[in-house]
Amino acid sequence: MTASTKRASWPRLLRRGPLENIATALIGIGFLMLFQPFALALYTWSFVTMLVGTAMFIVVSKFPE
Amino acid sequence: MTDANATILERAAETAARATPAPVAKRVRALSDRAVAWLFIAPTMVLLLAINIFPLIWAIQLSFTNYRANRPNEPVRNVGLQNYERILTDSDTWLAMQATAHFVFWTIVLQTLIGFSLAYLIDRKFRGHAFWTTVILVPMMLSPAVVGNFWRFLYEPQIGLFTYIVSFFSGIPPSDIAMLSSVKLAPWAIIIVDTWMWTPYVMLICLAGLRSIPDYIYEAAEVDRASPWRQFWSITLPMALPFIMLAVLFRGIENFKMFDMVNLLTGGGPGSTTEVASITLKREAFEKWRTGFSSAFAIILFVAVFGLANIYVKVLNKVKSR
Repeated sequence: MTASTKRASWPRLLRRGPLENIATALIGIGFLMLFQPFALALYTWSFVTMLVGTAMFIVVSKFPE
Repeated sequence: MTDANATILERAAETAARATPAPVAKRVRALSDRAVAWLFIAPTMVLLLAINIFPLIWAIQLSFTNYRANRPNEPVRNVGLQNYERILTDSDTWLAMQATAHFVFWTIVLQTLIGFSLAYLIDRKFRGHAFWTTVILVPMMLSPAVVGNFWRFLYEPQIGLFTYIVSFFSGIPPSDIAMLSSVKLAPWAIIIVDTWMWTPYVMLICLAGLRSIPDYIYEAAEVDRASPWRQFWSITLPMALPFIMLAVLFRGIENFKMFDMVNLLTGGGPGSTTEVASITLKREAFEKWRTGFSSAFAIILFVAVFGLANIYVKVLNKVKSR
């Protein structure tokens, strides 16, 4: 399968750009949750949010544009 | 190269080739360019794996145990996610994160504002700008250990130059300005030193951004009678923004890991007011000897830095594509 046919058959929802933006947003939100001084619950869930964002970023950065 | 030298080299090569055992020589000749390249980078790869990757995997493994490095003979028990749960529900660790956030936020704000302003001034190319650029860059070139020690002297309540200057302008007695032992002032003492040291770095990145803006854009703006204020907001700032973002991200990652300066200046004190995440990590690992717990803490910090680094690479690619 050539790169162009692979790109054509790739689902539109799984394009790199928007998914990478979502992953970046998750990392950013997790980072803010880790450092905020308002709620311990947010601090507790910050690591999971960041981890999901980072893992997602690693995976989706391999997707075609 | 002269003919005589070439002959000597050829003779040396011939001697080396004769000395190489036939099977080895045959094997080397059979290697592809790719294989030779791998052969050359293999030692570095092995070193990186041994120094970076192996400790990381070991730390991940330790983070799920109750291992203590000062009691190596005690049986190691798997505690699952207990260490992570403790860290993420502990209010003291949360306070350390807040101290880190306070430090990171204010250093980035000050360094970006001052760094960009300095870059904007230097970019005007006034008389002697090269000399002043060098002078401004000096703090960045010093070792953090040296900077930490001489700022300790500058902050001395009785003999410190910084204290003397503040006292001279504010009228407060020098003995009342205890920068490193006051709960209110100690975090700011560290912020001042970090800003003094790393603003030049931000300035350099911003200067690169300002120099990358083509002159013809300003010339077109001049033709359209745009005011300097309008040119700044519509041309300079938007075009330098990716570079500013880069500086912010880079300093954010670095300051998040800040250890040396805090350790030298306050050691996390007074009390725990300047106890940033890396100081808490050091106390847990090498004072309380809770190796498993501190490994879990290190992994949490690693994920945070790694996440930021991903964003950093993304911004960097955006800057490169411009």
